[in-house]
Amino acid sequence: MEYPDGLHYTKDHEWALEEEGVVTIGITDYAQSELGDVVFVELPEEGTVIKAGEPFGVVESVKSVSDLYTPVSGEVLEINGDLESEPELVNSSCYDAGWMIKIAVSNKKELGELLSADQYADYIKSLK
Amino acid sequence: MAQQPGARGLVFNEPLIFEHGRKGRAGCDVPKSEFPEIDPATVAPPSMLRGPLEGLAEVSEPEAVRHFTRLSQWNYGVDSNFYPLGSCTMKYNPKVNEAAARMEGFAGLHPLQDASTTQGALRVMYDLEKMLCEVAGMDAASLQPAAGAQGEFAGLLLIRAYHKEKGNPRKKVIIPDSGHGTNPASAALCDYAAVTLPSGPDGLIDLALLEKEMDGDTAALMLTNPNTLGMFEKNIKKVCEIVHAKGGLVYGDGANLNAVMGKARFGDMGIDVCHMNLHKTFSTPHGGGGPGSGPVLAKKILEPYLPAPRVTLRDGVYGLDFNRPKSIGALNAFWGNFGVYLRAYAYVLTMGGSGLKEASETAVLNANYILAKLRGAYHVPYEGTCMHECVLSDKFQQEHHVSTLDIAKGLIDRGFHPPTIYFPLIVKGAMMIEPTETESMETMDTFIAAMKEIADVAKTDPESLAAAPVTAKVKRLDETQAARQPDLRYRR
Repeated sequence: MEYPDGLHYTKDHEWALEEEGVVTIGITDYAQSELGDVVFVELPEEGTVIKAGEPFGVVESVKSVSDLYTPVSGEVLEINGDLESEPELVNSSCYDAGWMIKIAVSNKKELGELLSADQYADYIKSLK
Repeated sequence: MAQQPGARGLVFNEPLIFEHGRKGRAGCDVPKSEFPEIDPATVAPPSMLRGPLEGLAEVSEPEAVRHFTRLSQWNYGVDSNFYPLGSCTMKYNPKVNEAAARMEGFAGLHPLQDASTTQGALRVMYDLEKMLCEVAGMDAASLQPAAGAQGEFAGLLLIRAYHKEKGNPRKKVIIPDSGHGTNPASAALCDYAAVTLPSGPDGLIDLALLEKEMDGDTAALMLTNPNTLGMFEKNIKKVCEIVHAKGGLVYGDGANLNAVMGKARFGDMGIDVCHMNLHKTFSTPHGGGGPGSGPVLAKKILEPYLPAPRVTLRDGVYGLDFNRPKSIGALNAFWGNFGVYLRAYAYVLTMGGSGLKEASETAVLNANYILAKLRGAYHVPYEGTCMHECVLSDKFQQEHHVSTLDIAKGLIDRGFHPPTIYFPLIVKGAMMIEPTETESMETMDTFIAAMKEIADVAKTDPESLAAAPVTAKVKRLDETQAARQPDLRYRR
């Protein structure tokens, strides 16, 4: 399992990467591995305003359907359209090509409340 | 060990009926008409003329019979073997129920016949409502909902109508994470936000958490009792008190009624409205998509809102009352799935009160027997006894990289329909087994032996389970590919 440094993590297994006020969001290696083969990802429309902790989409695998929760509040600038035809990118490249949405973050302080890579790795250990 | 029922026999490949036969072939010889033929185009307007028909099967009678007989041989049902699908109550459907449903006086009825000519049918509906109310401890019922999910929908519409009349329909419905899968969808359809309540460590509703979540904006708590972990919410009275104290109502999902029928009643627990699945608890057919029946039952306070029409009895005459100004309306064409009512009615009468009670007792005993025998070979996520179904997980088998899916496929090779898998969602790698009262100890022992053998094979030869099923008509399917690129349409 890989949890790259520099990303922020949630206990719901999303990651967030902040670059100049834009936060990219996806799900973690642990999440994709637990879900198994992802077959469908439902994402919000661009322009949607979402609040930290609320569901922004749905990820469906052969095993289950799960809500996706946004780690930070803001407006959705862009969604990863590739996931519509290639949901498997979430499995093969969860931190890169499998990203889900980009948000114009409205309150950067929310990032400070998220877990670091080490904290998230410890959290995963506590689940086992 | 008893011999496993699974075997390869004369199992046939069978193409689609369109791929059989040849042009011009027919099952019977129709004599030439003694009247002169008329070209339709000379007597009917062009809009009513049909072009030449393409693509219909043209087969002989034995070809048609073999085709459908072969397809039927691929079928697996409760009439073939054990069907341990948890949360589904796949109990045996006694054939006497079928005889009742096929009686000419019932089967030949038209729904628009005058009530004076359908007194017997109306009486069956009236009496069945009363019987179900007796089982649920409720005051009034409507048989209309066509299945469990529609029963839930009806129940929430009643709750919405009740709150609306009081001035505020409220905004949300609380649903424990051990609730039935359809509950959040029903809440959303009734324009309520579904709020999930995490279970406590014992798998039951966490009272402190409920107290915190319950407020004046909450229309209802929807719960399944016993819950989908197969555990009885023993604090149910307190749960109802907490919800009622804030003016909310409690909805009881009757999906798991088979555990408590005749033993405990929703009405006595404090629940205000519930549904029952006749196609589960009351032994009516269940496979192939139904038809099902999910009557909604309620306390007096919700009676005015029940679906219309209601069946009435006045001065010894049965009728249908459409004058129900507060009703949420009709939920089904005509009077619901009447053939299912007859089967349930026959079931209740043949079982009797003591029989229904005994069915629940045996269902719970059977589930606990399987749980006790498989504990050790499989991980048991929630300790203690269970109700009518037990939940295991693949935790021990995962050490050998064998998953719940592999175990399910392994069961197919041993002649058993797999149990419900990966549900309830709160248990990782869940397997949910519900034997119902139908199964004999011998059948369960054979199933237990198969499960134990799979647990052994998981240690000694895990690869073989990754390849399962190998004796089935169709080998392991690529479920991922099927979901990502579904091929749903026949093309010639």
